[in-house]
Amino acid sequence: MSTLLEVSGVSVSFDGFRAINNLSFRIGEAELRAVIGPNGAGKTTFMDIVTGKTKPDEGRVIWGEKSISLLKMNEAKIAQAGVGRKFQKPTVFEDQTVQENLLMALKKPRSWLSVLAYKPSTTDLDQTAALAQEIGLLDALKRNSGELSHGQKQWLEIGMLLAQEPRLLLVDEPAAGMTPQEREHTTDLLLEAAKTRAVVVVEHDMEFVRRLNCKVTVLHEGSVLAEGSLDHVTSNQEVIDVYLGR
Amino acid sequence: MQRSFIAKNPSVLIFFACLALFTLAVTVLSEGFGVGLASTSFVKTLGKTLCLCLIAVAMDLIWGFTGILSLGHFAFFGLGGYMIGMWLMYERTRLIVVESLSQTEIPPTPSEVVDAIGNQIFGVVGSSEFPMIWAFADSLVLQLALVVLVPGLLALVFGWLAFRSRVTGVYLSILTQAMTLALALYLFQNDSGLRGNNGLSGLQNLPGVTASQDFVSVWFLWASAGALGLGYALAAWAVSGKFGSVVRGIRDNEARVRFLGYSVETYKLVIFVLTACLAAIAGALYYPQAGIINPAEMAPIASVYLAVWVAIGGRGRLYGAVIGAAFVSLLSTWFTGGQAPDIPLGFYTIKWVDWWLVLLGLSFVAVTLFAPKGMGGLIDLWTRRKSPNRHGLDLGPDEGALREQEASK
Repeated sequence: MSTLLEVSGVSVSFDGFRAINNLSFRIGEAELRAVIGPNGAGKTTFMDIVTGKTKPDEGRVIWGEKSISLLKMNEAKIAQAGVGRKFQKPTVFEDQTVQENLLMALKKPRSWLSVLAYKPSTTDLDQTAALAQEIGLLDALKRNSGELSHGQKQWLEIGMLLAQEPRLLLVDEPAAGMTPQEREHTTDLLLEAAKTRAVVVVEHDMEFVRRLNCKVTVLHEGSVLAEGSLDHVTSNQEVIDVYLGR
Repeated sequence: MQRSFIAKNPSVLIFFACLALFTLAVTVLSEGFGVGLASTSFVKTLGKTLCLCLIAVAMDLIWGFTGILSLGHFAFFGLGGYMIGMWLMYERTRLIVVESLSQTEIPPTPSEVVDAIGNQIFGVVGSSEFPMIWAFADSLVLQLALVVLVPGLLALVFGWLAFRSRVTGVYLSILTQAMTLALALYLFQNDSGLRGNNGLSGLQNLPGVTASQDFVSVWFLWASAGALGLGYALAAWAVSGKFGSVVRGIRDNEARVRFLGYSVETYKLVIFVLTACLAAIAGALYYPQAGIINPAEMAPIASVYLAVWVAIGGRGRLYGAVIGAAFVSLLSTWFTGGQAPDIPLGFYTIKWVDWWLVLLGLSFVAVTLFAPKGMGGLIDLWTRRKSPNRHGLDLGPDEGALREQEASK
């Protein structure tokens, strides 16, 4: 399997605090990966670096078959290249309808002129309807997304990510604050997405990670502590000491 | 979803109807074209008010829809006025000079004419040379082009520098205000080339036009109404589609827009330049009606008033901005024009000329605290638009984000 994203030797510190310490990580074209670790392990900073929000002090972030460095690109360019990100707190545009949210995310030219001239075609509308169906919001298409429940907002955000058709999906704690049924639905969405693209899920909840049934990377103090199947890493003594044993 | 633009935005049609009705009514009442119930100076006040409504639309576009509280848009308004004023003053002076020199026995050479014009215009600042910036003042077409080019270019350079370094919120407001102040202070200097604090005057006299001000005032009213109508339609169209979704997204949560792959800085810049051009067109129509422009018009306070109008009218809806600008500026004319009756309290007499600003300040505070929808909220009673109950939560994490009461369900 060819590598889609390769992070190597990345370090970043904030006012002397080393959030990421010589971190290396790689993920293939269509792979599901869970990243776990205690608070402050650097999970969110890792995502910030990949999406261009934070510039690392050293190291390389290489993307795609052309091996482009993401470090020289801004957030918008990285997103256009195919990196989608879901935040921990659901962030949708609450003043706008579910449909407007999805249309904005659809993979279309992003320049202001083409956006100004854009008129949704029937295909685009069908596509948003299909996405809404997938995330269980078909009836809510015309509703303002601010009125949705917490779980529905999480799904809408996942729907927006799918609409972007990214090659890599970074998902920060998707199951936080969800009911068991909602979690199940979210698991299905992520497993489905991972068939055609790379998905990285940052999660605290072990039960949720177990259901994803994928390779797990354990972060601790800004670097990788262990990597492998969930059973493999949970039997690792170091992992038990820093994370599970507490 | 595939309905036409008007069907999706019925408010545009209603606005057009109101504007047309208003223009017709004023025309019928005017001295030039009608029964003469509205004095020419009142027609001019109304025409100027329409220009202020147009700049308020621009302000709503950048503040209400994009979340950038610009306190510098009156600089663009003033620049637009200066650009058209240069031609008006040059051409009218030229006609006078040619007229008076034609009495002499030897016909004047072209350079003598230009020198005489220079003497007339710049004598007041102790100079007679035309500065570089007047190079195109003899051409109406070029000077009209400069009405949008000069403010547009200033907005482009300023905006590019400010947005690229990701200055947002209060800091950006301060920057825009500093820009306005710097420009006004520069123009106050006699050697700035625009006659210092004397400004440009006599702009109400259109060169080569013999019709009286009774007619000219109505022409300008029509032009101002046309510009407002077009500007309103343009703004409504721009914010109705996906472009509107993106800019409203930038207002509420710009980081999220960035991660969707939109270049937030470019979008901000486009809106900044577009609104600067709208403001400049409004200014170019305003000052020939006012008759005079000087740097004091561009003082930062003017741009603050603009924000007050939009806030009182209702941010984030275009008709709110128009209502706010029209209402507050007309009221201000009434109060400061000495027409409002003084209130004798026995021990003290409230003179509105002095107290109007206090009243305006208090109403601004009151609107912000108690009626965040502004006067546009009155329209909601009719259209039954309701605000969501979000327990005080804004619609996004950014500073300019829509507030609960400003949103609609």
